[in-house]
Amino acid sequence: MSGTATLARFDPELIRPDFPILASVLHGDMPLVYLDNAATTQRPRQVIQSIVDVYERHYANVHRGIHWLSDQSTDLYEEAREKVRAFINAPTRDEIIFTHGTTEGINLVARTWIDSQLKAGDEVLLTEMEHHANLVPWQQAAERTGVVLRHIPISDDGHLLLDRLPTLLTERTKLVAVAHVSNVLGTINPIDEIIRQAHAVGAVVLIDAAQSVPHMPLDVQASGADFVVFSGHKMMGPSGVGVLFGRAELLERMPPFLGGGSMIRRVRLDGFEPADAPAKFEAGTPPIVPAIGLGTAIDYLNKIGLDTIHRHEQLLAARAHEVLGALGGVRFLGPAVGEKAGIVSFTFEGVHPHDIAQLLDRHGVAIRAGHHCAMPLHKRLGINASARASFYFYNTLAEVDRFGEALDQARQVFRRK
Amino acid sequence: MPAPGSDDDVYQEHILEHYEEPFHKGALAGATHAHEDDNPLCGDVVHIDLAIDPGGRVTQAWFSGDGCCISQASASMLLEHLEGKSVDEIKQFSAPDMLKLFGPKLTPNRQKCCLLGWRVMQAAIYSPVAKTGNNGSSASGGKS
Repeated sequence: MSGTATLARFDPELIRPDFPILASVLHGDMPLVYLDNAATTQRPRQVIQSIVDVYERHYANVHRGIHWLSDQSTDLYEEAREKVRAFINAPTRDEIIFTHGTTEGINLVARTWIDSQLKAGDEVLLTEMEHHANLVPWQQAAERTGVVLRHIPISDDGHLLLDRLPTLLTERTKLVAVAHVSNVLGTINPIDEIIRQAHAVGAVVLIDAAQSVPHMPLDVQASGADFVVFSGHKMMGPSGVGVLFGRAELLERMPPFLGGGSMIRRVRLDGFEPADAPAKFEAGTPPIVPAIGLGTAIDYLNKIGLDTIHRHEQLLAARAHEVLGALGGVRFLGPAVGEKAGIVSFTFEGVHPHDIAQLLDRHGVAIRAGHHCAMPLHKRLGINASARASFYFYNTLAEVDRFGEALDQARQVFRRK
Repeated sequence: MPAPGSDDDVYQEHILEHYEEPFHKGALAGATHAHEDDNPLCGDVVHIDLAIDPGGRVTQAWFSGDGCCISQASASMLLEHLEGKSVDEIKQFSAPDMLKLFGPKLTPNRQKCCLLGWRVMQAAIYSPVAKTGNNGSSASGGKS
């Protein structure tokens, strides 16, 4: 050790001025403490300004007009696609499809891949910890096609029971869909290992990366994932845009999803020929400006660095465990700190999660309460609801401390029975 | 935000009392009518047992459940208010009446919490409990 080189610690105070909304003061004198980032994130001026710029100077429909503005708009839209490609290290731009969000991406794959490639009795393997968006589309596909859904169980501390994989994965398994990071437990699932074992039986794998791509590096080529889906609004982009990455050879075998303009090569009165990907899956006017805003958000994330972001969020989660643990009566859901992302879900003895959230709001602290779109997971954990604090890189240790103090005061509203 | 302790404070004394020491919380043996429902969005559950006499009067009303302060306190208030009333009077008791009985102004989301017990009550008066040994139907009653 030289003793001179020290790892510079990321200081969120330096970038917080970029986020106008984080300066909000609620209820008279309570500075906003925004800890609901797994639901959606806030955006910096740079992203907001890029949206304004497009509307003020570059906006027209894409891929259509033979005029200057349409060229401008198209260039910016396709530039955003390239930024997304580089961000997740996809091989080609044509494998990046702009959707309206993670939910649409999963529905797209469930509708087009399952319906065209699977038959009744084939199996789709999911997990017990999935968000409803990674359950319901497959249930709908099962109703349509007769495919059978199976689920990787979890341990009480929120890890997938990977020792069950050899029996769950068989020659009948045609698709595996799993969250990279659980939106409730914060568990970081070992997707490389799951993908390796799934490929060994010939199954394709979809990764729900809604909670990982905004927070930690994901290299889709290194992971071997066949499909990867995520949302723009969970990574400082506008709402209404998401991404589906699909390997080119798979996209080629899939029929189009929605029919309409843009997704066709030519149309006759009695039929059509679809365009190639990505246009094939982008029917109608796409989310042009949200996609461009997402590109700007990616520029911003790259400047800070996803490794830095991940490290900082783990620091925040560790502090949250420390502060909440000291209160007593807190049950943490999911893996131990250090084994999970910046998501801390919990229940608090004697206070219902909804009451926790409402009482914290009095202190300007925004958290989520409920089942977080994961009802089967809550049933598995034996609870109806939980409270969830979820972090992004702009959160500070001081905010985590304020969260702890607010929680302590919330509990005092209720007399302990 | 309403000031803690004010009339619009959800966590005012009167409501906390209903939450922590509810009116008639438990099961009613010999209930003639019962219903249970939940708010799937938040997982709050309320079950109501009623004893309705042949004249159409609710002689006893009990509830059980699990959920936030608003859902459980409002169920307690509702039963305290409606026990002894006739079925017709209960039918007349509207959702706005329930919100008024509860007191503090609630956001639309939390109005759903407050109206859970009211919803269950309105269904319970139409949900007779199957009697034991009655033609092989379920003896457990409760859910209808």
